Amino acid sequence: MKSSIKALVVTGLFSLSAAAMATDDAGFSLGNKFEEASGDELYHAICQGCHMSEAQGAQGAGRYPALANNPKLSAGAYVTFMVSNGMGGMPALKQYLSDEQIAEVVNYTRSHFGNNFTDKVSADDVKIIAKR
Amino acid sequence: MTNHSMSRRALLGWIGKTAGAGAMYQAMTSLGFAAESSHPGSLNLDGVKKGATVLVLGAGVAGMTSAYELRKAGYKVKILEFNSRAGGRCWTLRGGDSYTELGGATQQCQFAEGNYINPGPWRVPYHHHHVMSYINEFNIAIEPFIQVNYNALVHSTKAFGGKPQRYRTVQADYQGYAAELLAKTINQNALDDSLSLEDREKLFESLRHWGALNEKGKYQKSHETSLRRGFAIPPGGGLSGKGEPSDLIDQSALLQSDLWKFIVNGQDIEFQSSIFQPVGGMDNIAKAFEKRVGDLIEYNARVTKIDQNDTGVTVDYEHQGVAKTAKADWCVCTIPLSILSQIPVKASSAMQTAIRSVPYASSVKVGLEFNRRFWEQDEAIFGGVSYTDLPITNISYPSTKYYDKGKGVLLGAYVWGPNAFEFTSLAPEERVKKAVEYGKQIHPQYTEEFNNGIAVGWHRVPWTQGCFGAWTEEKREQHYDNLCQVDGRLVLAGEHASHLPAWQEGAISSAHDAIKRLHKKAVATAA
Repeated sequence: MKSSIKALVVTGLFSLSAAAMATDDAGFSLGNKFEEASGDELYHAICQGCHMSEAQGAQGAGRYPALANNPKLSAGAYVTFMVSNGMGGMPALKQYLSDEQIAEVVNYTRSHFGNNFTDKVSADDVKIIAKR
Repeated sequence: MTNHSMSRRALLGWIGKTAGAGAMYQAMTSLGFAAESSHPGSLNLDGVKKGATVLVLGAGVAGMTSAYELRKAGYKVKILEFNSRAGGRCWTLRGGDSYTELGGATQQCQFAEGNYINPGPWRVPYHHHHVMSYINEFNIAIEPFIQVNYNALVHSTKAFGGKPQRYRTVQADYQGYAAELLAKTINQNALDDSLSLEDREKLFESLRHWGALNEKGKYQKSHETSLRRGFAIPPGGGLSGKGEPSDLIDQSALLQSDLWKFIVNGQDIEFQSSIFQPVGGMDNIAKAFEKRVGDLIEYNARVTKIDQNDTGVTVDYEHQGVAKTAKADWCVCTIPLSILSQIPVKASSAMQTAIRSVPYASSVKVGLEFNRRFWEQDEAIFGGVSYTDLPITNISYPSTKYYDKGKGVLLGAYVWGPNAFEFTSLAPEERVKKAVEYGKQIHPQYTEEFNNGIAVGWHRVPWTQGCFGAWTEEKREQHYDNLCQVDGRLVLAGEHASHLPAWQEGAISSAHDAIKRLHKKAVATAA
């Protein structure tokens, strides 16, 4: 019962963010790179799959850490490293994303979901950390 | 044993001794020994110490194989399983099943009686000898899985105005044109330096044979080429039965279409005939194991810590909110690395690093149920796979119950890469909706006939957090051996501890390899 209420909430929230997305007609990237450009679009097309729509994370046999209200996000370099190179179950996403896109999604996540870190990561910072 | 195999074995022994293991492996591969997963030999787990115990973590196929074989050998075995069912990724969804993914969204599968989708593994190639040997031993009913269907479709949004083409016509025309071009180079004397006159003549003859070329080496509209690519009007009986050959696809349009990408799939060893599926769903394999080791399984057990010392292994777990502990002499851990990397494990730092080094691939499957099997009734497509450059990548038709008059289920999407992340990010019902929208471009009947669907995004699966261990060559080089060692009293098994990622054959052969080594150590270790 509890889980079905949660499901409705998740679905409801999703429809709002889906409306803001724009890629192909159906909403997906074509080819082997993500085509979403803004941090908002990128978060809701990629990160949301595991970290969930409100960055609240999830718990099963293991867990996906919540990114909401997460003090670990204070270090922009750490977040950039995780998105670029991955760690544990977290896949390296640099193969699918440009430096600019990584910076966008890192900055978005660090300034939303109860996170208020004002310093920005730049594409040049990403270049150094991602080591393509 | 034949003289032939004796001499090969003797030769390999000699290479191994003089040139080392690397050369040995290379030699084995070139002699056709190591190219595929080997036949499971006898496990020879004899000499088990009286009362020796093993704790198996995970009741997927790797865990249940381990438990089945270890108990048979004389070990006392217990299995801890997170789910309330056995099988892990060897899993089938049928009408009436309920599935709750991470994030809490619950889907009720509404398929009609007898219809199903395998969200995980769905094929067993004939040369996956470990899986096949258990299918044989447990008498699991199997049937052919149709991989290549010449009457299925290949589709590109950027070619032929988005109109799907028959696999058969693309295959025949690509092969025919390629043969024609090579034949032309012979006639232009371009191969005179590379081949003798006799070889050039033989090559020309073989190209005619291979590509259905005429006596001049041309690939053109004819009865012969239509025997490959199909007729405009198929030959039949009586006065109305005169056949009409079909027009070829324009050569440049064919090359530019990229559709040739899709016609080699069936040539990969994993997709060569014969391939099988258990009748009624892949989880019949899991159920056959469960029938034999189910009494050893404690379900709903979430492992929280794996500890060990010189005398044994201690595993902490939660069972319906209650903290519990299990102890054993030895441990076979088949928990996916995506989960295991979050659990404190007492092991060498090299193994711990290995456990944390393998990300899990993103993949999504969508099962769609339609009111009727229009692909059979309207298009004569019986089983097999249509390929597309759309995000859904595949439409796979059921290899069973042909011409059934009831509802039918397609695999409506099998998604990888960036699109798999995007699909996973959607709510389940949106994933289904997208699969229908895309599939319509290939089969317009979707609009009328769609009934219901179910979608599994593997990163949302609570017990794996991903599809399979996505090794790279570099990571394998660095970490694979460390991952697979018997570390103290612990050994890992599963597809992630194999060179056959994502395949059940990898999971089962890994279990065999792991328990053989663990047993050897157990026998050699003072109690």
